[in-house]
Amino acid sequence: MTLFFESLFNGVAIGSVLLIAALGLAIVFGLMGVINLAHGELMMLGAYTTYVVQSIFKLPPLEPLFGAYIFVAVVVAFLVSGLVGLLLERSVIRRLYGRPLETLLATWGVSLILQQFVRTVPLAWSTGLWLAALLGLAGPPVVNRLWGPRQRPWLLRLGSWAVAMAVGVVSAAWIRGTLPKLARASARNVDVTAPRWLRGGLDLGDWTLPIPRLVIIGLTILAVLAVYWFLNRSLWGLRIRAVTQNRAMGDCLGIPTQAVDALTFAMGSGLAGVAGVAVSLLGSVGPNVGGDYIVGCFMVVVLGGVGSLWGAVVAAAGIGVLTDVIGAGRLLEIWPRMPAWLQGGVEFFATTSMARVLIFALIVVVLQVRPAGLFPQRGRMAET
Amino acid sequence: MEFDDTVAVGILHSLSGTMAISESTLSEVEKMAIGEINASGGVTVDGKTYEVTWIEEDGASDWPTFAEKAKKLIDQDQVPVVFGGWTSASRKAMLPVFEAKDAFLYYPIQYEGQECSRNIFYTGATPNQQAEPAVEFMFKESPVAGKPFFLVGSDYVFPRTSNTITKAQLASLGGQVVGEDYLPLGNTEVAPIIAKIKKALPDGGAIINTLNGDQNVAFFKQMQSAGLTPDNDYYVMSFSIAEVEIDTIGPEYLADHFAAWNFFQAIDTPASQKFTESFKAMYGEDRVTNDPMESAYNMVYLWKAGVEKANSFDDNLVREALIGVTFDAPQGPIEVMPNHHISQTVRIGQVTPDGQFAILSTSDGPISPQAWNQFEPSSKGYACDWSDPDKGEKYLL
Repeated sequence: MTLFFESLFNGVAIGSVLLIAALGLAIVFGLMGVINLAHGELMMLGAYTTYVVQSIFKLPPLEPLFGAYIFVAVVVAFLVSGLVGLLLERSVIRRLYGRPLETLLATWGVSLILQQFVRTVPLAWSTGLWLAALLGLAGPPVVNRLWGPRQRPWLLRLGSWAVAMAVGVVSAAWIRGTLPKLARASARNVDVTAPRWLRGGLDLGDWTLPIPRLVIIGLTILAVLAVYWFLNRSLWGLRIRAVTQNRAMGDCLGIPTQAVDALTFAMGSGLAGVAGVAVSLLGSVGPNVGGDYIVGCFMVVVLGGVGSLWGAVVAAAGIGVLTDVIGAGRLLEIWPRMPAWLQGGVEFFATTSMARVLIFALIVVVLQVRPAGLFPQRGRMAET
Repeated sequence: MEFDDTVAVGILHSLSGTMAISESTLSEVEKMAIGEINASGGVTVDGKTYEVTWIEEDGASDWPTFAEKAKKLIDQDQVPVVFGGWTSASRKAMLPVFEAKDAFLYYPIQYEGQECSRNIFYTGATPNQQAEPAVEFMFKESPVAGKPFFLVGSDYVFPRTSNTITKAQLASLGGQVVGEDYLPLGNTEVAPIIAKIKKALPDGGAIINTLNGDQNVAFFKQMQSAGLTPDNDYYVMSFSIAEVEIDTIGPEYLADHFAAWNFFQAIDTPASQKFTESFKAMYGEDRVTNDPMESAYNMVYLWKAGVEKANSFDDNLVREALIGVTFDAPQGPIEVMPNHHISQTVRIGQVTPDGQFAILSTSDGPISPQAWNQFEPSSKGYACDWSDPDKGEKYLL
């Protein structure tokens, strides 16, 4: 029984990492049909944000709260990656809707730019830059809303960018001064130290549940529920679904399709940021962290059925359980008196490398039988 | 200082791409050594003093680029020597270039051995100068002495070769290997491996770790959260974790685990302290030094000594002169051996909570390098000797 639960837990744990990483892509690729190869890099930005937030929480005034930095990091990472995603959509993606091959190349280029960006620009400056971008973009709409439209909009825009730049430079210089570790370029991988309560394991008799895994499973469940609620119960979710199903009709009925596109992409990107927080608990944070996950993300979305949230959930869980059952050689424990000829084969595949090979092979087989994934959905992509 | 002339050497490491993180430190330390040599009068050949300058190329973590840039340094820039490389793959890519052009590469990294080129000087450790003493330590002296072993590595040539040697060595020592697994490069999902270790070593044991950079972080973080810690008798001996890696993984995950190297920053001798202090003065107080950097530093000095002994920059004369050259390195005295490798001291360190190593054992003096491994069946009984034209790359002892 322990064996069953241990295997199930490990499988769910592996699957939840895949799922939280793929959730944003399920929206961007599934609903909008954008093959976003920069998705992994948006995760990387989330992971680096976690590092910056954590470093700030190590400063004396916030130190007593250090254990709670992770909650702040989730929110900030969502905002950082979401904002970068928004800029990406407004500047690049929106000109390429309906041209998947071009988006593929363009987003791959963006992913290289983002990687080299974190390698060359010290984190202190990118934090300042990000603050400046947020203030500069948010300034005019906020002022307009609070005090009504201005006489000279260009003056307002100029003013808010000037303030934003000043704040950016000052805060970057302050971070540089107080946190020397953030002053250097971050080509070197950084160390995200989980707080003490997040490092150990939960002992259940002779079986230890790793706490980071539990936290990630929890975060993934929350994220899936939030996405489900947003898409199916909120006004903007309704608009997103409407535009996904029939853009022209949605447009005719007065749905601001451009705003819907921007919002959908920003949300998918923000979720990538949250995934970045999650993976920083497990592994290292470096410029290449995105590349480790991007293939897995596409695997989950394609296997689940493009555009289907539940498909992604089932696919991630399935891949997770299979990875554990094959890779850790569980079959031999479940069936100890296996015939010798079969045992040899199982042992041959009971390594991490071979498990990966076998899973890819299984996915290929599944896609032969169900070309549109486990749960095919009608969407913009399906119609064209 | 007045020099009669200048001589330009080639520096070829990855300054961009995946390997840049580690490799750029080698380029930094080589430039530091060149600076020190110039400050103390440069290189003297035939009574003339030469100021050493460098021409640097970027290998870009891409192996064909290494070969191409090596060609450029040799043909176009006509450098007498190239200091370069980190991964075995980059060395294997450059090797045919240096052999075809009869030029000279100095390679500073600890590696799997099984190679002995006439045109390469290897200043890092061979397996018998790192892996073998480390495994012996785990089996005989560590807190888990006598317990079974599990081998973990990334899925490429170095871990597989190194583990073949380890298995043969443990078989001859009477140790027991209860499992081995390899993580594909670029994969950081270590949960199945940890489940296997738990199953194979229910009461603790020794884990020999040859994982690559990033994968170590995932491995150690998740070992700890799964409860496989030194407190519970799970001790990891790593072959690629040095001070720089402790800094990025975090000492709280690595404390009490082991590593084996020739140089540790913690070595308490004037030469070692001077090396670390000069590096910090040049590149920042919060930087650390490690074994590959020390090895890169040594090779610049060895080249200078070889040139001055040969009294010429000519490749073939320097090659002959180099054999037998000694240098008082930060790790202690080292000597160039006839097989183009270096005799060096082997040390075992245990990670301390402040991110350094406590040195637990030091070999009695420098250990001679074996280019061809004596535990690996395909090379057992072979050796390499370039001082004797009849022996050369691989001869039967």
